[in-house]
Amino acid sequence: MTDLLEHQGKHLFREAGIAVPRGELVGSPGDAAATAERLGGRVVCKAQVPAGKRGKAGAVQLVTSPAEAHDVAARLLGSEVGGHRVESLLVEEAVAIAAEFYAAILNDPVSKGPLVLLSADGGMDIEEVSATRPERLHKLAVDIGAGLEPGDALGLTRRSALPTEAVDPVAAALTRLYHVYRDTDASLVEVNPLVLTEAGDVVAIDAKVSIDTAATPRQQQTLDALPGVLPAEPGTELEREAARLGLQFIELDGDVGVLANGAGLTMTTLDAVNHFGGRPANFLEIGGDAYTKATPALRLVLSNPNVRSLLVNFCGAFARTDVMTEGVLNAIDELRPEIPIAFTIHGTGEREAIALVRERLGITPHEAMDDAVRAAISAAREGQEVAS
Amino acid sequence: MIITGEDGVLVQGITGRQGRFWTERMQACGTKVVAGVSPGRGGQRVHDVPVYDSVTEAAVAHDIAASVLFVPPLRARAAVVDAVEAGIGKVVCLAEHIPSHDVMAILAAARAAGTRVLGPNTAGLVVPGESSVGIMPGFAANIFAKGTVGVVSRSGSLGTLVSMDLVTAGYGQSAFIGIGGDPILGTTTREAIAALLGHDGTEAIVVVGEIGGAMEEDAAELIAASRVPTVAFIAGRTAPPHRRMGHAGAIVTAGAGSGESKVAALRAAGATVVDIPSQIGPALASLGVKPTVYEPA
Repeated sequence: MTDLLEHQGKHLFREAGIAVPRGELVGSPGDAAATAERLGGRVVCKAQVPAGKRGKAGAVQLVTSPAEAHDVAARLLGSEVGGHRVESLLVEEAVAIAAEFYAAILNDPVSKGPLVLLSADGGMDIEEVSATRPERLHKLAVDIGAGLEPGDALGLTRRSALPTEAVDPVAAALTRLYHVYRDTDASLVEVNPLVLTEAGDVVAIDAKVSIDTAATPRQQQTLDALPGVLPAEPGTELEREAARLGLQFIELDGDVGVLANGAGLTMTTLDAVNHFGGRPANFLEIGGDAYTKATPALRLVLSNPNVRSLLVNFCGAFARTDVMTEGVLNAIDELRPEIPIAFTIHGTGEREAIALVRERLGITPHEAMDDAVRAAISAAREGQEVAS
Repeated sequence: MIITGEDGVLVQGITGRQGRFWTERMQACGTKVVAGVSPGRGGQRVHDVPVYDSVTEAAVAHDIAASVLFVPPLRARAAVVDAVEAGIGKVVCLAEHIPSHDVMAILAAARAAGTRVLGPNTAGLVVPGESSVGIMPGFAANIFAKGTVGVVSRSGSLGTLVSMDLVTAGYGQSAFIGIGGDPILGTTTREAIAALLGHDGTEAIVVVGEIGGAMEEDAAELIAASRVPTVAFIAGRTAPPHRRMGHAGAIVTAGAGSGESKVAALRAAGATVVDIPSQIGPALASLGVKPTVYEPA
């Protein structure tokens, strides 16, 4: 999932004809003050980070003068919000709000199609609304073939208890939001709050747009045309390096390095390490096409200084265990890890794979996964004792 | 959503490397592969299977109950819609990384035409001794054997491990249904369990779930009503929250889809929930399910 920054989401909104406050992206306190001056002094300074609950974190500040905008920008720029460094601020005119709503469109696994959400209770935590006042959150399942019909959008706004003057413009905003959702392969388009201004306009005060990574090949032009820089992938430096290699790697705080194929089997391997009293050091699956990347994968696992043993668990269905095993053995030859390794290999190609491990490492893979897990855990413990 | 040895199967993308490789494997499992499709390659034969330019041509010439697709993710939507429009009743969609908007469009088209979809991002399904449609090792006697346990699994690799553990413990399978690792799926856990319960010879159910989504919770009611001995394993219960672990579906946010929620729902429905896959066989035994592995023919 690519989570766009607020100002990038608003760029898409503006192009689709959804009103957003006048504003500018700034990278320095001086520019923040100048923008505040131009917009009349009373502005909102919003840190551009791909994190929720920015208001609670103090990353959204209403100011009443350019001097104040300067101070707030100096404080926010370079600070950390929700684990992200603030590189830029969106400085926007403060809107006189009459009422706040919540609107979203997302991919719904239950109806297996797009789902539009609308609530007259905007501006607050929508999960709380959903949990405590579910009758205030209205839903509309959309036939993806037909799209969101204006009549259906109007029906949804009519039954959502909005102020009368907001009904038509909110319905119009919803159909435009749907166009953004449809045209960008979004998995989520969320506006919280969508407001009715005292002047009677409907304006998107926030914008959260997440683009489906699987659609990146056909959305490249849209992504390239966005202003500013896409937010960095979340995670540690090693995790981002893995992402660049096309591997999904998650650092955990244990000492048993894990290499397995397939997301389900890899999660299960971590569960088994925990079950037998060990602590896994990472999630890393090298199934599918990724098994050709055994060397960088193993390098990632070993670059964690806490790793005291390595557990390799392959179970071949589509993926051939002999091919994956050969890749790992070549990586071991190249990197020469000085930690104990426990293998367990089953399924397609297992006979050849087991023979390869015996021949090249002089060890025999464990027949049962549980035994390999136990062996890796006790090897990690012995390693700890030696190290301490 | 079960494909037996009697059902004629179409392979879309049969002339590609994977299509060729798995057509031969599927045939070795007894699958009745009657035709293949590969645009521009009509008239060829792959492993003695006639190849057509379009699904429509293949459907005119053969009795096709199901289609399995070896097609890249960005071409999957058009290929499934071809199968749906040709009136094929069941489609097995293997590809991973199909854009979600395409998945929703595929499922909407299928629903309108009455076509059942398995997947996407599934490893397929196996009826031991009869057929295997997809990329599961249905040909491996230590993994699949004819028996009475119906298995539903999101993951192919983990489904393989569990199936092998079952055979090691003496339990063969009535059928294995891989439903896929995507968040939006044509056949859900509940629907797969319903298919297994309706399949001849199923006397027990094994559910291999994962954190994320609400499919296991959704299946609990059916499990409770069926009164069939059920054992479940949920992968990822020790995973850190808010991190997506490989499968797009395997992410826990705001408490929804957590391992605890699934375990609680399944236990309340009368299922035995185990902590690691090797406990599944013993759990079936303690529910009174008899080991049933028949000697391989």
